[in-house]
Amino acid sequence: MSTPTNQSLRSLDTGDTEVTPPRRPGELTLTEMLRWAWRQLTSMRTALILLLLLALAAIPGSVVPQSDVDSLKAANWQDAHPTLTPIYEKLGLFSVYSSPWFSAIYILLMVSLVGCFIPRTFVYWKAMRAAPPPAPRNLTRLPDHTSYDTDAAPEAALAAAEAELKKRHFRVVRTGDAVSAERGHLREAGNLLFHVSVLVVLVGFAVGSLFGYRGGVILVVGNGFSNNLTQYDDFVPGSLFSADDMEPFTFDVKDFDVNWLTEGPSKGQARGFDSHLEYRETPDAKPKDYDLKVNHPLKIGGTEVFLIGHGYAPVITIRDGNGDIAYSGPTIFLPTDQSFRSFGVVKAPDARPTQIGLEGEFYPTYAFTDQTGPFSAFGQATNPAISMLVYKGDLGMDSGEPQSVYQLDKADADLVRKPDGSMFRVDLAPGQKAKLPDGLGTVSFDGLQQWNKIQVSRTPGKLVALAGVVLALLGLLGSLYIRPRRIWVRARRRDGRTYIEVAGLDRSGGGDVASELHEIVSALGAGTPADRRKEES
Amino acid sequence: MTDQSWEILSNQFVAVAGVLYFLALISILIEWASLRRLPAEEVVTTGRTAMFGRLGLILTGMAVVAHFVALVGRGMAADPNRVPWGNMYEFTLTGTFVVAAGYLLLRGRHGLAWMAPIVVTFVLSLLMVDVIWLHEPVAPLTEALFSPWLVIHVVSAILATGAFTLAGICSALYLVKDRARPRQTGYLARVPSPAVLDRVSYRLHSFGFPIWTFAVLITGPIWAHQAWSSYWNWDPKEVWAFITWVVYAAYLHARSTAGWKGRNAAIVALVALATLWFNFIGINFFSSTSQHSYASGAARIETRG
Repeated sequence: MSTPTNQSLRSLDTGDTEVTPPRRPGELTLTEMLRWAWRQLTSMRTALILLLLLALAAIPGSVVPQSDVDSLKAANWQDAHPTLTPIYEKLGLFSVYSSPWFSAIYILLMVSLVGCFIPRTFVYWKAMRAAPPPAPRNLTRLPDHTSYDTDAAPEAALAAAEAELKKRHFRVVRTGDAVSAERGHLREAGNLLFHVSVLVVLVGFAVGSLFGYRGGVILVVGNGFSNNLTQYDDFVPGSLFSADDMEPFTFDVKDFDVNWLTEGPSKGQARGFDSHLEYRETPDAKPKDYDLKVNHPLKIGGTEVFLIGHGYAPVITIRDGNGDIAYSGPTIFLPTDQSFRSFGVVKAPDARPTQIGLEGEFYPTYAFTDQTGPFSAFGQATNPAISMLVYKGDLGMDSGEPQSVYQLDKADADLVRKPDGSMFRVDLAPGQKAKLPDGLGTVSFDGLQQWNKIQVSRTPGKLVALAGVVLALLGLLGSLYIRPRRIWVRARRRDGRTYIEVAGLDRSGGGDVASELHEIVSALGAGTPADRRKEES
Repeated sequence: MTDQSWEILSNQFVAVAGVLYFLALISILIEWASLRRLPAEEVVTTGRTAMFGRLGLILTGMAVVAHFVALVGRGMAADPNRVPWGNMYEFTLTGTFVVAAGYLLLRGRHGLAWMAPIVVTFVLSLLMVDVIWLHEPVAPLTEALFSPWLVIHVVSAILATGAFTLAGICSALYLVKDRARPRQTGYLARVPSPAVLDRVSYRLHSFGFPIWTFAVLITGPIWAHQAWSSYWNWDPKEVWAFITWVVYAAYLHARSTAGWKGRNAAIVALVALATLWFNFIGINFFSSTSQHSYASGAARIETRG
């Protein structure tokens, strides 16, 4: 392309055309150094390389599990890769998007953006108020041009051209024997708007991640929740988050409906999750009802409540060897597949003579084949059953170290076997009870409840970010579709007729003005083309 | 018609479209094979070569119509009726349709006749991949997909994908044409000059980029916020959509940077296209953590314990 372009922010300062007298490298003064560094940083080439680097740097975050995205998954990965984990940790690969190197790239990019945005704004400000440049001496040298002879007087021809160009929303100026016209200034405005909007988005995003929070809690249906830190199972606060900002709402999960598909290709899948909440915006407000569904969060002030998962909580009771209740209650089992085959753990540290732990699976619709072993045929609880192994001994709960409620510490516990040494399993349907060997006690499966995984999040600044993206899109449309171009018309007497030259210059780097030139010429009522010629730009 | 017969109709029309694309490809190849020996300036309007050219175009048009019928049938087969964008099979079916239809629409305006063999080969191969490896019976949407944003988000993503794909073909040909020495005959001689290819590619990219921005940075986050509680989750699909966005932004910058315009810009465009298609298909298979993995049609239950 031979046409000058100004379609992006930095095309003005790309050439290293500066001529400096020969000096040895060490002779750069500090100011010159800084200026050189600044010029390098704000050059288009650097911005381009930074953009590509940003794309490259984002990749590891999609490969390595991120602890701020899915902490459980990240922890599992770390357990499975003991050698790589310390290295990855040093490199910040478990939180790529807040790591120093990722931040460095986007901060440099933003500095570079600001550094060329400001001078560009001044340039634009001047250009906007400047008159279209006078016609070049030789219009036929421009890539797109045409010429013809007419009988109209030069003055009349120029007036007609001026009128036609004004009608086409050009800014028009007469200088001597020529008319200069220019339009499409808004392209650069769009360009500048786009770049400043990127900063707005970043600010909105930063506010959200600094002051916001996100927390999750698993609630057994029938239970309640009040919005304070102690109630959450997992909680990811922003770095400037303050617990005082938490809105003091409370809610109860009254009931939960799922619609299980019993036919069709998605047979077995669940639809229409509906959690019936009763909530209060403040502890003494009037209670209100809300049907919490996927895609329909509940808004309370600036906080939103989402339903993002569900599962089963079998009610299990353990009586110890003395006949005392050592554990009783609904126990949350985490689904491991679509049929809601679920995994769970029961811990009874108070059981005597020894602590008792259960680990095993829950099947909403128990089925068995010799090939597959036990499995769940359907997600709905039509034939629920639990099948668990029993451990006795020290469950490691007295050390004071926090333990996951979904994991059993079996380091100092022994698997309980039948007296003949064969595998012992507690296989129960609701209402059934099993006696444990060695006089350890009994386990009973008393009933079945459901649980909901509720996510609560507060993201301040999200509307700022949204407004930023929308503005960026508007700017982008302007900077891509507005085509700045210049048109010149010159009229001269030649051989007793008026010789008209028309030329155009596309300044967008992607358009061609030939067709527009053609339209203008036909609108002017061009007579006979003198030496009409068009070259491919 | 029952849902089942709509589904059968859809499958049959995919097959019909496939056969028509294949016949179109043969006609187009015959046309280009006989054009190969003629000087590039010579425009053939009569005789066998021209007939095969027209036949190829008509067959492509018919294939696109059949392709469209297949899409409609797919939507009608679901209960309740819906847009056919519930899983990978349907996304790919729609994506290839947009590429083929986009080619037909822009053919006259941008002089894309030279693209016929490439587009038809591309669409035909992807359609085969779709039918052989990705086919799934019609199923109701998973819960999170029940949202008006499905239509807006997916339409914009697929439109942008189609435009970027056509643009990428231009950029690829730009690179080939730029390297090859000028010749009077042969396929390349009939491909427009690098300058024209560069301009058409830029126009298609500048059509696709705002739509991609809309899909990835506006509708995506709004919907993600509603369904998953956070407007940006750094989910693998989101990460790669962001990567694609950044690389296309780099392309637009490269095009006006000294030393980068032309060849390097075209390479950046192709890298961007690779990230786009990797995200479209690849991520669903390589990443089990993605909340976008609808390939398996699972009602995803997320437990962050």
